[in-house]
Amino acid sequence: MRIGVFICHCGENIGRTVDCEVVAESCGRFPGVVYSVENKYMCSDPGQNIVKNAIKEKNLDGIVVGSCSPHMHEKTFRKACADAGLNPYLFEMANLREHCSWVHEDKVEATKKAIDLTRIAVEKVKRNDPLSPIRVPVTKRSLVIGGGISGIQAALDIANAGFEVVLVEKEPSIGGHMSQLSETFPTLDCSQCILTPRMVEVYQHPKIKLLTYSEVENVEGFIGNFKVTIRKKARSIDETKCNGCGNCQQKCPIKKKAYNEFEENLAFRPAIYVPFPQAVPNIPVIDRNACTYYQTGKCQMCVKVCGREAIMFEQEDSFVTEDVGSIIVATGYKLYTIDKKPEESEIKGYGEYGYGRYKDVIDGLQFERIASASGPTSGEILRPSDKTVPKKIVFIQCVGSRDEAKGFSYCSKICCMYTAKHAMLYKHKVHEGEAYVFYMDIRAGGKGYDEFVRRAIEEDHVKYIRGRVSRIYEEKGKYIVKGVDTLSNMNVTIDADMVVLATAMVAQPNAAKLAQTIGMSYDKYGFYNEAHPKLRPVEVSTAGVFLAGACQSPKDIPESVSMASAAASKSLVLFGSDILEREPTIAKVNESVCAGCFYCQKVCAYNAVERKEIKDRNGNVVKVIAYVNSGLCQGCGTCNAVCPSKSVELIGFTDEQIYAEINAL
Amino acid sequence: MEEKKFEPKIAAFVCNWCTYTGADLAGTSRLKYAPNIKMIRVPCTGRIDPVFIIKAFEKGADGVLISGCHPNDCHYNTGNFHARRRWILFKELLDFVGIDSTRLHFSWVSASEGKKFVDVVTEVVETVKNQGKFEKYAKINEEFFIHE
Repeated sequence: MRIGVFICHCGENIGRTVDCEVVAESCGRFPGVVYSVENKYMCSDPGQNIVKNAIKEKNLDGIVVGSCSPHMHEKTFRKACADAGLNPYLFEMANLREHCSWVHEDKVEATKKAIDLTRIAVEKVKRNDPLSPIRVPVTKRSLVIGGGISGIQAALDIANAGFEVVLVEKEPSIGGHMSQLSETFPTLDCSQCILTPRMVEVYQHPKIKLLTYSEVENVEGFIGNFKVTIRKKARSIDETKCNGCGNCQQKCPIKKKAYNEFEENLAFRPAIYVPFPQAVPNIPVIDRNACTYYQTGKCQMCVKVCGREAIMFEQEDSFVTEDVGSIIVATGYKLYTIDKKPEESEIKGYGEYGYGRYKDVIDGLQFERIASASGPTSGEILRPSDKTVPKKIVFIQCVGSRDEAKGFSYCSKICCMYTAKHAMLYKHKVHEGEAYVFYMDIRAGGKGYDEFVRRAIEEDHVKYIRGRVSRIYEEKGKYIVKGVDTLSNMNVTIDADMVVLATAMVAQPNAAKLAQTIGMSYDKYGFYNEAHPKLRPVEVSTAGVFLAGACQSPKDIPESVSMASAAASKSLVLFGSDILEREPTIAKVNESVCAGCFYCQKVCAYNAVERKEIKDRNGNVVKVIAYVNSGLCQGCGTCNAVCPSKSVELIGFTDEQIYAEINAL
Repeated sequence: MEEKKFEPKIAAFVCNWCTYTGADLAGTSRLKYAPNIKMIRVPCTGRIDPVFIIKAFEKGADGVLISGCHPNDCHYNTGNFHARRRWILFKELLDFVGIDSTRLHFSWVSASEGKKFVDVVTEVVETVKNQGKFEKYAKINEEFFIHE
């Protein structure tokens, strides 16, 4: 073989710790290497041209580039090879940056290691075969998981471009957290007023199939060809018959048994309920834990008042399968809260603030409901405990966020803004009231955001205190807030009537499970990982899956909406072509050696191994061997490792190639 | 007793999706670790044939690290479970083939755990340094004069 080695300085990134000239020179002496050079930037246009020209002039049939991670530029150089007429798979990369120069300090050692890593790549490329990508058709349909503002936006964008969308929401209605908000910063727009038209548009859109009260159960397949199983949880209502008259909800005798989730447990709801008046679809659901019928077999009041015979007590969960080409994950966030039963809550933090114990120590979403015109107090700011108007409210920021001790080191990003908004809304409604905000820093980056906080301080006279609160305790109907003002270095004691905690935004509790179902990776907090933090922020490492909104990290509404539109456009890019090219690095069976033990079939996670009969000329079956369906195989290579006769091989990572790498170590 | 500074040779077999990317992150974050380790990238830990490990020891590795996605987080759904089961059995056999099984290390390092990757590598390098050179196979190689 005639191999060319190209060592990149990456400006200073590699060159500072690795002596690239020495590496190039040493590599030039490797058997099979006929050309070895270094360059400041291999990925630049001139850098790529060096590769292209060398392929032609030196008649190279194997290329090794020692530069950054293959996750970074493998595609770039493969394309350069292809442009020069060399099969793009006769190329390997040695990771001299992420795995060498950036992590080591000793120049001699790093240079030695760089030579070794390049040698490994050279030995591998000698055994590479020319390959051509597998071509597969694209199903031009999208699945959107999560019906909050992100999911709604993504679904509408794709549907308006003329492609079908399946929108799956786990709650009985779409709308998500945004539907719970009173007003939105920094304009004080009414949240529901701007959201509900979008919700209705989703419902009426001919291209959108809306599945509420449903969850994704299983995902099979790959980019362009996913097969998704969705569990439609039993609503106990015949959706085709119900016309949303609401009689059942009014007549349901369960009045004070079930907490209203939409009102953040500040109110009760019947056992048969529509989460909120503007719910989409306007179809109720029966809470089987609260409903008398499911406990005693009696009542059936809803059946009596329903004129459409829509109540179905015996309804069971059903499953639907959808074929889609792309998946947009927009599952949002959860607030770091103590549930209505603190002892059952996963989160035990902030006992010192009386959170979960004192009725008037509430979290941000609960305040949203209290401030909301459609909320339990019809928008009047009242204490949950005795329904009186609080004269003094203390707002505490960074509750959970930026607090390693509580397990969340990150900033939740939106709390500075919504706390300013809360304080402002309170002052607008209770003019003589006093609002105090304890903060660590004010993070108000965004268009009109800092101005908004200034407005709260200067026009609405919200008192900002830089410091933390150590303790809150109850005394004669007041909540004594003990804190510190670190600017004046004084202790502060405030006798508040109500305390609002800006608790952290955390990942959904089942975030990891969904990640495992789809094959995404997630960080230690449960937020999904994007493929690249800077340049591929809406893609995940699994091709064909995109992220939108707060499931990736805490973010506000405009950011979520833009991310949703970005994810939608990424889907549409995919739908722009009829045929998709996939990596050809899949398993292949050597038919003459395979003994038909089918261990490979047992370990295959994709059911990609099939049985193939080998017949003689008379049509008699001579033997049955394994056959890999190239449409299903994902190229993990587990079959390769278990095959006793080594007759199934993972192309691109064959035993021969890996042993060659080991030998070169 | 006079002791020379021993720098062990460590081979790592890592999966493309989690640990390789985690190691990339360690690089991007400019974290530092010893250069003794060299990585061979495979798509999935499920691809790693136990013979690879023996081969690595035979070729002069003093320690071997296998690392992939956390259980349940495998990019290929179940590859790491197959790998885990394989190692549980294989570790028992290592001593039989004359390799001290404590020279073989396993860990799960996800794509977001650059720091963990560094910790794992540092620990492996330290452990193997203390164990000293793995000489058994080198002797066999000498005696039988095996050449490619």
